[in-house]
Amino acid sequence: MQIPKSFLGFKRENGRAGTRNHVIILPVDDISNACAEAVANNIKGTIALPHSYGRLQFGADLELHFRTMIGTGRNPNVAAVIVIGIEPKWTKRIVDAIAKTGKPVEGFSIEGVGDIDTIAKVSKKAQEFSMWASEKQREECPISDLWISVKCGESDTTSGLASNPTVGNLMDKLEPLGVHLCFGETSELTGAETVCAKRGKTKEAQDKFMKTWSSYNDFILKEATNDLSESQPTAGNIAGGLTTIEEKAFGNFQKIGSRKFIDVLEPAEEPTKGKGLYFMDTSSAAAECVTLQAAGGFNIHLFPTGQGNIIGNPIEPVIKLTANPLTAKTMSEHIDVDVSKILSREMNLDQAGDELIKSTIKVANGRLTCAEALGHKEFVMTKLYRSA
Amino acid sequence: MAKTDIIIHDKKDNVGVIVIEKVTKGQDCGCWIMEDDSSSKVKSEAEIPLGHKIALQDLNEGDTIIKYGHDIGKVVKSIKKGDHVHVHNVKTKKW
Repeated sequence: MQIPKSFLGFKRENGRAGTRNHVIILPVDDISNACAEAVANNIKGTIALPHSYGRLQFGADLELHFRTMIGTGRNPNVAAVIVIGIEPKWTKRIVDAIAKTGKPVEGFSIEGVGDIDTIAKVSKKAQEFSMWASEKQREECPISDLWISVKCGESDTTSGLASNPTVGNLMDKLEPLGVHLCFGETSELTGAETVCAKRGKTKEAQDKFMKTWSSYNDFILKEATNDLSESQPTAGNIAGGLTTIEEKAFGNFQKIGSRKFIDVLEPAEEPTKGKGLYFMDTSSAAAECVTLQAAGGFNIHLFPTGQGNIIGNPIEPVIKLTANPLTAKTMSEHIDVDVSKILSREMNLDQAGDELIKSTIKVANGRLTCAEALGHKEFVMTKLYRSA
Repeated sequence: MAKTDIIIHDKKDNVGVIVIEKVTKGQDCGCWIMEDDSSSKVKSEAEIPLGHKIALQDLNEGDTIIKYGHDIGKVVKSIKKGDHVHVHNVKTKKW
């Protein structure tokens, strides 16, 4: 197949391109959710991103909170941003960092004003942003403007056999064209960690990966009361035939094809070493992982599933593929790409990879994903430890 | 091309994955080995559903299960060739 050289995206002020054109209302903290949701309800063409945290956090946990907020606002799928916080200081910090992209952003704080007047004031600005963004047109963008993140979920043995290798096949074909790629799921590489580390392009990347994985594993050994057999693999994984975390890890790892990663990113960190594959230290919980990858700047997501995970994200379209013929049948409204014919050998990996590339371009051009059509907007902050 | 009931990732693997809705006890199953595109056969000794694993050889307690050509856990209860391999007879070596 001739791989398309371009897609139709929204060009942003900082040179990046978006596959979507969202105007977001971003609450800094849990208690600003009500205001953000009221504004999004008032003004069409905006979406609120409510979440559970943002108060009394400190240290690395607070830094991650800021990185996730800021990265979400900076993502090229976002045209303009309104930030609402209870107090002005943290709100301003987020606004200033997003403003560096050149996109319209404005912050509001609720203390001393109250919800009702804040909602009125913010709604006026949100209306202006929404109508401004609605004028933006899609333009031809080089395929290298795609930043593709991947994460699998509700995996079973069909994930490791076919849907994850399909994503790997896409990576092998698209990386040479200059796209950015990102995989994560630190915990779910357990058992395959030494094999995965060898995929680091440099000694530095390899060491950084082992340090990241070891730090996660030390935490598990310290906190686990017995073992993780109730959580890893999950009940869904076991029902699908996955027996151990090692088996899950080697299946998971198929998503990167034969690529090598150039760097290890902190959760929600934007890559800075140019095109190619990155590993991001993330949770393996689907919504947390995709939220972090979107905050890292990735603008389209590929999500292989076995037993049928249904996750979506408010700003990064999530394309689902499955190789499990039962899931493709019973949960068809969630599956964008059915590659189950690989198991019956009516389709090979090369063909499946091509199908996935076609779907990725369609979605990049604006076609809704199943998760978008069904209204899945899971925005889940990762919290590292208890608050002060 | 013979009908494929079971896919095996790597020649070194001692388990394969059922890729049809289920295999029944006593069924002669066709296996496809992805690594070198070769074929083999195994007779199932149990009913095993889609996505679950079948033993390609007799395995004793303490033996290592190999899939993708790699160690994916240890046998905790002996397994006969053709048996269902899962959480009742295999455990992780981690944690």
